[in-house]
Amino acid sequence: MSTTVPVRLNVNGVEHHLEVEPRLLLVHAIRDHLGLTGTHVGCDTSNCGACTIHMDGRPVKSCTVLTVQADGAELTTIEGLATDNELHPLQEAFWNDHGLQCGYCTPGMIMAAAGLLAENPNPTEEEVRHGLEGNLCRCTGYHNIVKAVLDAAKVKGATVSQESGVSS
Amino acid sequence: MSATTNGTATNGKTHVGQALRRKEDPRLITGRASYVDDINLVGQLWAAWVRSPEAHAKIVSIDTSAAKEREGIVAVYTNEDLDMEAGLPMAWVPPGVTVNTPDHWVLAKGEVKHVGDPVALVIGDDRYSVVDATEDVVVEYDPLPVVTDPEKALEDGSALVHEQFGTNKVCDWSLGGGDLEAGFAEADVIVERRIVNHRMAGAAIEPRGVVAEYRGDRLTVWSSTQVPHFLRLFLSILLGVGEERVRVIAPEVGGGFGSKLQIYAEEVGCAWAARKLGRPVKWVETRSEGMMVTHHGRDQIDHVKVGAKRDGTLTAWHTRIIADIGAYQMLLTPAIPPFSGFVMCGIYNTPAVVTDVTSVMTNKFSTDAIRGAGRPEATHLIEVVMEQLAHELGMDPLELRRKNFIPPFATGHETPIGVVYDSGNYAGALDKLLEHIDPAQVHREAEELREQGIYRGIGFSTYTEICGLGPSRITGPGGFGLQAGAWESATVRVHATGSATLYTGTSPHGQGHETGFAQIVADRLGIDPSQVDVIHGDTQTGPFGLDTYGSRSLAVGGEAAARAAEKVAAKAKAIVAHHLEAAPEDIELKDGKFSVRGSPDQGLTLAEVAGATYVTMDMPEGMEPGLDEQSFYDPENFVFPFGAHACVVDVDPETGKVKIVRYVAVDDCGPAINPQLIDGQVHGGVVQGIGQALYERVHYDESGQLVTGTFVDYALATAAELPSFETDRTETPSPINSLAVKGVGEAGTIAASPAVTNAVIDALRPLGVEFINMPLTPMRVWEAIQEAKGGVPA
Repeated sequence: MSTTVPVRLNVNGVEHHLEVEPRLLLVHAIRDHLGLTGTHVGCDTSNCGACTIHMDGRPVKSCTVLTVQADGAELTTIEGLATDNELHPLQEAFWNDHGLQCGYCTPGMIMAAAGLLAENPNPTEEEVRHGLEGNLCRCTGYHNIVKAVLDAAKVKGATVSQESGVSS
Repeated sequence: MSATTNGTATNGKTHVGQALRRKEDPRLITGRASYVDDINLVGQLWAAWVRSPEAHAKIVSIDTSAAKEREGIVAVYTNEDLDMEAGLPMAWVPPGVTVNTPDHWVLAKGEVKHVGDPVALVIGDDRYSVVDATEDVVVEYDPLPVVTDPEKALEDGSALVHEQFGTNKVCDWSLGGGDLEAGFAEADVIVERRIVNHRMAGAAIEPRGVVAEYRGDRLTVWSSTQVPHFLRLFLSILLGVGEERVRVIAPEVGGGFGSKLQIYAEEVGCAWAARKLGRPVKWVETRSEGMMVTHHGRDQIDHVKVGAKRDGTLTAWHTRIIADIGAYQMLLTPAIPPFSGFVMCGIYNTPAVVTDVTSVMTNKFSTDAIRGAGRPEATHLIEVVMEQLAHELGMDPLELRRKNFIPPFATGHETPIGVVYDSGNYAGALDKLLEHIDPAQVHREAEELREQGIYRGIGFSTYTEICGLGPSRITGPGGFGLQAGAWESATVRVHATGSATLYTGTSPHGQGHETGFAQIVADRLGIDPSQVDVIHGDTQTGPFGLDTYGSRSLAVGGEAAARAAEKVAAKAKAIVAHHLEAAPEDIELKDGKFSVRGSPDQGLTLAEVAGATYVTMDMPEGMEPGLDEQSFYDPENFVFPFGAHACVVDVDPETGKVKIVRYVAVDDCGPAINPQLIDGQVHGGVVQGIGQALYERVHYDESGQLVTGTFVDYALATAAELPSFETDRTETPSPINSLAVKGVGEAGTIAASPAVTNAVIDALRPLGVEFINMPLTPMRVWEAIQEAKGGVPA
């Protein structure tokens, strides 16, 4: 078996020290090594965005990041978005607006939307649509996803700060 | 539509009809749901498949030695190692029709027939190392002639996919009624079109996956499937394990769209290997595998001929379908194109309608049910040809439709092909549509926009479809020939504290059954939907079921749930009557209490009734304890949702790019159980239709290589390409079930592709384009414009 290298990850505020193959994808480290299975894999080509997480406050597709590239990074996954058992405004809005059906794209979609609102707290519908074009959903036709993001933007606290990667 | 509610319905209001937000969502929005790839077992091994790069070839040799020697590799299997009685199943035996059906082994035997055909199965201890090992399996192929064009595949002398039949033809199948010859003889105008309905992928965002464990003498399989009950049955048969010892679990399933209505080689192969090795085996599909070997859909060439009188009255409609079904016939493969025939009358009073289907094998992967399964193909050709005919007659396309609409009916309309529609009001749906959109206004806008070089068009689709599979007497062995019943089961179990569990035989994958079914049961038991847990997708809980596809869950499974709940309510009323010294028929359920009609103060809640039958045993003499009832419901007929859709597009003639400006959908699926879930189904369904019309295509080149093997090449629409949708409903009750509901899972997809296509043609008519086949990609639209101008595109 190939050699492994040590990696330090801070995921949802918890420090982890891993020994990983250099080729291990970050999404597999998060899912298979840390057991955080809310982040999903939907394609091999960075098209679908189901694996979107925040790395140092910015959304990334974790299937396209090697774990070793994330050494020392602060990561937020869908499991870290709700704080103190309070749903994040985006989670609440996705629920209220029926912004999900099978739920598989949802964690990535919510993390991408959180990144979008961090950069642009009051987006237009057009801006939301273009901001989410890196995330595919096969169930909803995006109608209620866009609605949910626009509704969440109206709620104070929907913005995820770029520095900490957690709700402000 | 209705606002979202989270509360309880009181004061006589029912939970049914409310836009209750979903019970499923909390686990899904927090990342706590459990899909197949989230399940890992102790001692688990991983599987990877060596797949053919050739579309058609003889397997000369397979050398697995190097792969077997790799560290961490436990086994490498080829066809010779398989000790199965049979290959993968095909479940359609139409009476009187011979269907040429080749063997379809879990691992290819002797020859490969399509790119991706599995030739070896590698098992090892790590998800990465098994993939490494597949590259060390050396397979020598001797290429054979390839055929990918279904029309050429039917010609004499064509290369043969399976030599044994001497032909590539699978079968001929026809459905018709009325005098076609007389109909064409009295026609003033005849329109003929060759409509290509290209190959599509289901493209659920969750790839398929399997975890199989054989422990003791029991097989447990977790699979991302729509059909856990079917899978249990076939695993039992193929592996020789008693059905009572096989458990299949469809955990959280991340979309299906028909593509997970299948018995796949990977499911059977992993289960077989798990038993062989005595350790759990897991496989998760990559997307590029999924594009190759998760079944495709559509792929018809439709030769349509329609006759009409000068005033627009339809006189005859003939469709010859050539269906490219690929290299093997899977579970329902050859049965899908005939489904087009069942709705070929559309919503029109055409006196003679005949559909002739010829299915053909090619060196591609199999087609099977993809959202709509035969009805999108029929509706597309009907609605596109109706607008072609309107143009030919110089009539308004909506006037032509109205001229031929079947008048409103509430209790059945028999079409000339013998299919009996349940209820319909087609003019009503169109009237409702026109409350939202004014075609004349769109045409005025189009004229103004043309001066800016933008070509705007409007297209329509007025449709019905057949769903709610189904009446077993029609679909089953003695009827259409599916080797299964089509009933559905439900068990309602009230617990001692008065909450309830519903076990449904349906198996959702995003539709929201846990919410909608809970609303149905809650109303009948006088409790809140939050107190009704809906269990599905596990063959070890609840009775046998027939799973989820064909927009059947609500109209069949929901009705079964209602009937089981009614049985519980009837027993509850008898117990309450005993308590209140009244007659059971005088007991009613009102405001959460079972009470004597007119005396709502004295009554028992469900919790009190449960206490009486489980704890205090204070019941009528001779009554068995318990509040636990089951229903098996086999409907009398299908249900036939319908509607009217309009699409407005802008086309840039310089680039050929089509932009959807507006999409308005009016759908009628009977009274709403949860209007929010209906809207969601329509939105997603419409986008799948828009996707086929504009972007998506599974494309093989002439050598049988899959050109669209990833999401880079297979273009799913993103949010950026789409507008928000305008949806509305009419509600025509179905007489078939007590809920009066029809299905809505496929309606949007069925309706959308012709509305979009008609809109693009309408936009391009000023440029001389009369007709164009999907997908309406920028290149194809641009080429059509150049051809119309008289130029020949490069």
